[in-house]
Amino acid sequence: MIPLSWYLILSGILFSLGVFGFLLKRNIITIFMSIELMLNAVNLSFVAFANYWNTHPGTLPSGAGVLPLSGHIFVFFVMVVAAAEAAVGLAIIISVFRTRETLNVDRVNLLKL
Amino acid sequence: MFIHQFLFVVFGLICVAGAINLLVQRHPINSALSLVVVMASLALIYLLLGAEFVAAIQLIVYAGAIMVLFVFVIMLLNAGAEERSRGSQIALFIGVPGVVVLATTVAWLMGQSANRLGDVSISPSDFGETHAIARLLFRDFLLPFEITSVLILIAIMGAVVLGKKESQ
Amino acid sequence: MTNNLNLNLWVIPLLPLIGAAINGLFGRRFKNAVVNTVALLFTALAFGWALRAVWTLWPGGDTPYVEVLAPWIAAGKFSAPFGFQLDQLSMIMVLVVTGVGFLIHIYSVGYMAHEGGYYRFFAYLNLFMFFMLTLVLANNYLLMFVGWEGVGLASYLLIGFYFLKDSAANAGKKAFIVNRIGDFAFLIGMFLIIQRFGSLTYTDVFSQIAKGNFSAEAGWGFFTITGICLLIGATGKSAQFPLYVWLPDAMEGPTPVSALIHAATMVTAGIYMIARSHAIFNLAPNALVVVAVIGCFTAIFAATMGLAQTDIKRVLAYSTVSQLGYMVLACGVAAYTAGIFHLMTHAFFKALLFLGAGSVIHAVGGEQDMRRMGGLRQKIPVTFWVMTIATFAIAGFPPLSGFFSKDQILGSAFHSSHGGPVLWAVGVLTAGLTSFYMFRLWFMTFFGEYKPGAVDVGEEAHAANAPAHPGHGAASHSHGHADDHAHGHGGVHESPWVMLGPLVVLAVLSIVGGWVGIPQFMGGNNHFEHFLAPVMQSGPAVTGEQAAKAENDSTSAHAGGPSEESAGEEWMLAGASVGAGVFGLFFAWLLYYKRPELPNQITSKMHGIYLLVLHKYYIDESYGAIFVKPLLALSTIVLWRGVDQGVIDGLVNGAGSASKGIGNELRQMQSGNIRSYASWVAVGGAAVIVFMLWWGVK
Repeated sequence: MIPLSWYLILSGILFSLGVFGFLLKRNIITIFMSIELMLNAVNLSFVAFANYWNTHPGTLPSGAGVLPLSGHIFVFFVMVVAAAEAAVGLAIIISVFRTRETLNVDRVNLLKL
Repeated sequence: MFIHQFLFVVFGLICVAGAINLLVQRHPINSALSLVVVMASLALIYLLLGAEFVAAIQLIVYAGAIMVLFVFVIMLLNAGAEERSRGSQIALFIGVPGVVVLATTVAWLMGQSANRLGDVSISPSDFGETHAIARLLFRDFLLPFEITSVLILIAIMGAVVLGKKESQ
Repeated sequence: MTNNLNLNLWVIPLLPLIGAAINGLFGRRFKNAVVNTVALLFTALAFGWALRAVWTLWPGGDTPYVEVLAPWIAAGKFSAPFGFQLDQLSMIMVLVVTGVGFLIHIYSVGYMAHEGGYYRFFAYLNLFMFFMLTLVLANNYLLMFVGWEGVGLASYLLIGFYFLKDSAANAGKKAFIVNRIGDFAFLIGMFLIIQRFGSLTYTDVFSQIAKGNFSAEAGWGFFTITGICLLIGATGKSAQFPLYVWLPDAMEGPTPVSALIHAATMVTAGIYMIARSHAIFNLAPNALVVVAVIGCFTAIFAATMGLAQTDIKRVLAYSTVSQLGYMVLACGVAAYTAGIFHLMTHAFFKALLFLGAGSVIHAVGGEQDMRRMGGLRQKIPVTFWVMTIATFAIAGFPPLSGFFSKDQILGSAFHSSHGGPVLWAVGVLTAGLTSFYMFRLWFMTFFGEYKPGAVDVGEEAHAANAPAHPGHGAASHSHGHADDHAHGHGGVHESPWVMLGPLVVLAVLSIVGGWVGIPQFMGGNNHFEHFLAPVMQSGPAVTGEQAAKAENDSTSAHAGGPSEESAGEEWMLAGASVGAGVFGLFFAWLLYYKRPELPNQITSKMHGIYLLVLHKYYIDESYGAIFVKPLLALSTIVLWRGVDQGVIDGLVNGAGSASKGIGNELRQMQSGNIRSYASWVAVGGAAVIVFMLWWGVK
C-alpha cells in the first residue's frame, strides 16, 4: 500500500541529514552520532527492499543465496558492526580528549601539512 | 490501507524532526536524546514493514546499548555546549551543496519511478519472524556470523586498550 | 674505364691525415724536430705516391680511372660513394697540391721555427692537405664538397692561428662565414644536379649530359641556374666579387699559410670545380657570360685596390684576387684549359711571391709595411733574385711562365662571342695595373734606402687595413707584428737555406713552368692543352672517338667561340699584353725609383679617389652596415630576447611555475581539518553516485 519509493525517500532524507550533521557540527561526539544516523537510514532501506522482494517475487535479483530475508540479515550485521565501531570510536575520542582537552574537531588538526 | 500510510507519515515525520533536532541542538546530550527518538520511530517503521526481529533488536541494541554508551561518554567527558569556532569553509560551501545535490537527485529519481517500484505491504506470513531469520543466520550466513563475533572480540579488546589510562 | 690497374688513390689523402693526427694528438710532447719530420715525411710520401700514380696512368692509360672504396649514401635511387678519380685534370691538381705543398712545408720548418704552437701549425697544415687532396681526387660532387668544407675549416684554423690576436680570430671567422655563403649556393647547385640526373658522380652526370643530346640553352633554364649556383659557390671559395672580402683579411695568418692556401691551392678549388663542371657550363651560355663578367670585373677591381696598399702581404692578397679573376674569366669564355694552365703557373709564382715576402719580413724582423723597407737587394740577395723572377713572371714577361698562361687567357677572351674585345681590353688594362703594382712592390722593397721607422705611417693606413668590424681602434693593426715574426737577431739578414731552398725550386718552376703550354703560333705544340683535351672534350657535341679527335685538334677545346685564329692576330694580342706589362714597369720605375716624390703629389691631387681606393671602396664597411648589423640586431632582439628568453625560457620556466602554483593551490586541501576532508569525501561520493544513476537511467 505504501510505495517503496516513500521508504527510499525517507531513507535518503535521513542519510543526507546525517551527512549534514557530519559536515557542520563541531563536537566530535555529535559527528559520531550523525554517522549512526546514516547507518540507520541505510538499515531502513535494506528492510524496505527485503519486504518489497518478498511481496513482489519477480523483482528478486537472481544470484546465489539472495533471498528476500537477506535484507534483515544484512541489517543484523550492520548493527553488529555499528556497535563495534561505536565502542572503539568512543574509546578513541576518550583518548583524544585526554591529550587535547577539547572536543572541538577543528582543534584536532594535527594531520595538516 | 489508510492506517498504514497514516502511521508511516506520522513516524516518518517524527524521524525527520528528530534528525533535524540532532543538527540543531548545541548540547550533545540533546542530540543524543534526539537520536534515540529517531531510532525508536525507525523501529516502529520496521514493524510496519513486517520486520519484527529487526525492530526488536533495533530497540534493544541500537537505542538501548549504543545510545546508552554515547550518553555515558558524554557524561564522562563532561562535554559542554558546543562553542563557536572557526569552521571549515570547505564544509560549508562545498559539502552542503554536494549533499543537497545528492539528496535531490535521489529523491527525484525515486519519485520518477514511484509507480515502477511498487508497494510494500505487511503480509500475513512468517516473513521476518525470528525463526526464519535464525534459520538463515545459522545456516547460510554462518561464516559472516562467526566473523562478526571475532570482530566484536577485537572491538572489545581495542576499546579496553584505548580507554586505559597511561600507567606508570 | 677498363683498367686493370689498382692505383690505391685513397692512400694519397690518407697520408697527410695520419700526419695530422699524429701531430695533432701527440705533437705537444714532441720536440720540434720530430714534429716537422712527421709532417714532412707524410707530405713527401703523398707527393711520391701521387707521382707514381700519375706516372703509371698517364702514358696511354685509360682515363678517367675511378676507384670506389665503399658506398657512402644510398637513399632510394640516389647513391654517393667514397670514390676517387684520376684523370688529366685531377693529375695536374694533385701534383700541384702535393708538390707546392711539400715545398711550403719545408719552408715552414724555417719560418715557424721560433713560433709557439709549432705542432699545431703542422697538424693543421697536414689536415689541410688531406682535405684538399680529397677535394681534387673525389669522383663525385659530394665527396668534393667534403673536401671543400674541410679546406674552409683548415683555412679558418690557420688564419686564426695566432688566436690570441683579436684581428686574427676575426679574420678567421670572416673567412669561414663568407665561404659558407658560397657553399650554400654550391649545395643548391648540387641539389639541382641530383634532382635532374639522380646522381652526383662525375662519370654518371657527364655521361648523361653527353647522351642527352641537349642543345645550348638560350634563356635561364636548368643548366643556367645550376651553373650560376655553382659559380656563386666558386666565388666564395675563390674570392671573387662580391665574396672576396675575406682574402685580404686572411693575411693575418702566418705567411706560409697565405702562400699555400690563399695563393696556390685552396682558392683554386673554385676554378677546379668550374673546370670540372664544364659540361654543365657549356650548355648555358648565359651562365658563362656571368662567369666571364664576374671574373673580369674582379680582376680589375682588385688590381685597383692593390695600387694603394702599403702592407706587402696585402698587395699580394689583392694580386691573388685579381689573378683568380683571370682564371674565372678564362672559364667564362670556355677556355678551361687556359684557366687551369694559369692556375698552375700562378701557383708557382704566387707561392714564390708569398714565401719571398715571408723571407723579406723575416729579414727585417717582422716589419710588413713597405714604406719602411727599401734597399734590401744587397742585403738579402737570394731573396731579391727569386722575387725578381716572380715579379717578372706575374707581370707577364716572356719567356717566364706567367706570360704564356696569361696570354692564352687574353687570346681566348678576345675571340669570345660575347663581348670578346671588351673583355680583352679590360684584361690588358688589368695586366698593366698588375705589372705596375707588382713592380711598385719590387722597387719599394728592394731599391732605394733602407729606412725602418723613418716614415710616419699615418692613421689612414692603419684604419684602412684594419679588418672592418665594429669596435676596432685605429692602432689595432700594429706594425712590427711582434707575434708574427720578430726575434731579436739584430740587423737585416738573409733567411736560412731551409727557407731559401723552396724559393729557388719555385723560381725555377716559375721560369720553365709555362714552357709546356707554348702555343702553336709561337712554334710550340701546346702540350698542356693536348694533355687536358680528353677531359675537356666530354662536352655535348662529342661522340665516341674523343681521343683521336683531341689528338688532331689543337684549338677546338673552346666551345664558346670561333676557333680560327690567324697567327698575325695572335702575335698582335701577345704583343699588347707584353706592352701593358712594360708600361707598368715603366711607370713603377718612374714613380718609385726615379722620382719618388711623385706619388705623394699625385695622391694629394686626387685625394678623394685615393682615399676611396685606400679604404677598399668601403666595401667592408658597407657589408657591415647592410648585412652584419641588421643580422646582429635581428639575432639579439628577435631571436635572443624574443624567442630564446621570452618564448622558450618562458615556456620552460612557465611550466615550472605553473606546477608550483598548482601544487600550492592543491596543498591547501591538506588542511588537517577533519571536516573539510569529510566534505571532500561527501562530494566525491555524491559525484560517483550521480554519475552512476545517470548512466543507469540512460
